[in-house]
Amino acid sequence: MDQPPALSRDLIGRESEVVLFEVERGAIRKFAEAVQDQTPQSLRGDIAPPTFPTTFRMTIPGLTFDLARVLHGAQEYRYERPLRAGDRVRCRLRVADVYQRTGRLGEMTFLILAMDGTDESGSPIFTGKTTAILR
Amino acid sequence: MLAARPDEELDRGSALPDLRKPPITKLQLVKYAGASGDYNLIHTDDETARSVGLEGVIAHGMLSMAFLGEYLCWLAGPESVRRLSVRFNEMVRPGDILTCRGRVKERTMRDAVVQLQLEVWAENQRAERVTIGEAEVDIT
Repeated sequence: MDQPPALSRDLIGRESEVVLFEVERGAIRKFAEAVQDQTPQSLRGDIAPPTFPTTFRMTIPGLTFDLARVLHGAQEYRYERPLRAGDRVRCRLRVADVYQRTGRLGEMTFLILAMDGTDESGSPIFTGKTTAILR
Repeated sequence: MLAARPDEELDRGSALPDLRKPPITKLQLVKYAGASGDYNLIHTDDETARSVGLEGVIAHGMLSMAFLGEYLCWLAGPESVRRLSVRFNEMVRPGDILTCRGRVKERTMRDAVVQLQLEVWAENQRAERVTIGEAEVDIT
């Protein structure tokens, strides 16, 4: 199988468009049910579970890789407040870093993605940091 | 739950109560794929999983992180969660039973709010820590 080219450090700093996501009550409930999350406020669809920002999917121009070869190494979220049904969140995803390391599986590429979510007036709601490992 | 406990019981090193989750099923992985928008087929299609050297589908790492998110809400309430940071250490497969556990690393006071730094993790039925993290919650 042909290997796609390794990700280049030229990607660092590249960003997605700013995307507006609406937090829907039904989406909160569906997420909580899939997780079997017993938090009453989430089962009612009022408050989104802490990892709900993972549902905000964005693409960065020029950033492509083979999904089946990606490992999710680490994830962080920081919150100013929880997301609630009806929130309109402006999100952006950015390549924070790209670097190569040699580990027990051979040469691996680490891709660090930073995400931020604000309300419509620009006040921060959450930030996220994803460490993806491409082997 | 934490707010109901006297402060002195929540000092450094205090163990937190366990939250045991139901066994992970393939149906749950399909539901989580739909709910989260993560359609990577290594989580839902055995053939794809085998084609990349796995024995079969593996759970989304983010599902175990979601369990830890629920754990924090259960411990402190959904308004109190300030940070959750995890490392995905081991794969999780259908049939695995994860239990969320934790302990207090540090307790600090800021503007009349008690902030707890927690060590949290999800361990499987073999007591392997599959997802390991740190968290911060406010207790008002």
